[in-house]
Amino acid sequence: MSDPTPSRSPLHDEHLRLGARMVPFAGWEMPVQYEGIIDEHRAVRGGCGVFDISHMGQLFVSGGEAPAWLDGMLTGHLSAMAVGGALYTFLLNESGGVIDDLIAYRLEADRFLLIVNAAKAAEDVAWLRSRLEGDVALDDRSEAYAAIAVQGSEAAGVGEKMLAGHGVDAPGRNAVIPFETGGGTGYLCGTGYTGEAGFELVCPAGAGPGWFRRALEAGATPCGLGARDSLRLEMGYPLNGSDLSPERTPLAAGLGFFVDLEKGDFVGREALVKQKAEGVAERLAGIEMLDKGPPPRPGYAVLAGGEQVATLCSGGLSPCLGRGIGMAYLPRALSKIDTPLELDIRGRRFAARVAKKPFYRPAENIA
Amino acid sequence: MSVPENLKYAESHEWVSLDEGVATVGITHHAQEELSELVYVELPEAGKQVAKGDPVAVVESVKAASDIYAPVSGEIVAANAELEGDPSKVNAEPYGAGWLFKVKVADEGDLDGLLDASAYGAAIG
Repeated sequence: MSDPTPSRSPLHDEHLRLGARMVPFAGWEMPVQYEGIIDEHRAVRGGCGVFDISHMGQLFVSGGEAPAWLDGMLTGHLSAMAVGGALYTFLLNESGGVIDDLIAYRLEADRFLLIVNAAKAAEDVAWLRSRLEGDVALDDRSEAYAAIAVQGSEAAGVGEKMLAGHGVDAPGRNAVIPFETGGGTGYLCGTGYTGEAGFELVCPAGAGPGWFRRALEAGATPCGLGARDSLRLEMGYPLNGSDLSPERTPLAAGLGFFVDLEKGDFVGREALVKQKAEGVAERLAGIEMLDKGPPPRPGYAVLAGGEQVATLCSGGLSPCLGRGIGMAYLPRALSKIDTPLELDIRGRRFAARVAKKPFYRPAENIA
Repeated sequence: MSVPENLKYAESHEWVSLDEGVATVGITHHAQEELSELVYVELPEAGKQVAKGDPVAVVESVKAASDIYAPVSGEIVAANAELEGDPSKVNAEPYGAGWLFKVKVADEGDLDGLLDASAYGAAIG
């Protein structure tokens, strides 16, 4: 950590006004909760929440050769995307390990927005810059934008109220819509990290507080990083740095769906082809505790037949299920649904099993 | 009243109330507020001998597990079983229904090493 002073979100004063508990996160000072993580989690499942996601990185990639170049850098087939579409994809190292997971939005035929993890933004930029070719330009605009996520079973109504009179409608799933705001261009993105309906709104930093307040006025509950984490875990969505790492591939993480081995060469492809042919040794599996007990946490030992077979990458209490859930890379033979396991928590053993992801299935909610 | 006058306090944010040689122990209002909503409490079994400063219980919020230390030496004589079903009592009534455990104090001199309300209040600023 070269810079000990955390960055502040453009929404910092909003968080203080709402009495948020601020914590350091990935070089930023961000709200972990306002009133309480469990209530915020429930607000999203049964209503609508708004999250500050301004810490995430916004990278613009443009140029006539940008689509082909991105095909070589990322696991998805970006040159085949429709303009106005979004794709979850990976940036891999040469051995097929995950540097970052990100969403690529195709804004124009030759212009893409990549939204990347805060903790990895600098590394992503350095990696991509060192590989630039032809007329491709990479513009890191992370400091210039604010971003919020409006998520929940009732997000459609909140979105309608928020956006009324702004000349733009909420985007459909996996769509991106540019719009004018705050003296610049904002983007409405039909993506999220909670499993619920909703969208993400990226805008020039100065317009951020206004959009955040509009979401609150439209009925959204302010939600912090605590609920963001418990919501994504219930969905079995990976968190880079916990569930994804440079030592593990998207195939081992069970995310081969987001890897296109047929589109042509890309960084890491050779390693993935080899791994696919040989079969993955471990898989990122969902783990559910059978009874009420202490919350499982990252780092806890996972046992099978009395022996440690894995370490939890992610874990926590599922507010919707009332039980502990987590994820771990299990030897393939132990990764089948219902395989009995135990978790070691402070020397005591608790019964668990391999469970299907998502752990929680939101009501059919996406238009 | 977030720091009651009639209690003694450990710097690690436990409170102690002594009654006929038995110390009732909980965590302070300040501690529960810092930890935020508790979702699990692990308490010691009656009969266990504990030494002042030993980690003897664990309280867990959504985000973290935190050790609770014995503020005095002695024998655990009771634990608050109510908390198993409803750990949020610690948040709601940290000095009442949210007590954690009781210790039969081996040496009442241990209490002298604890803070009074004004010293603890100053410590948490």
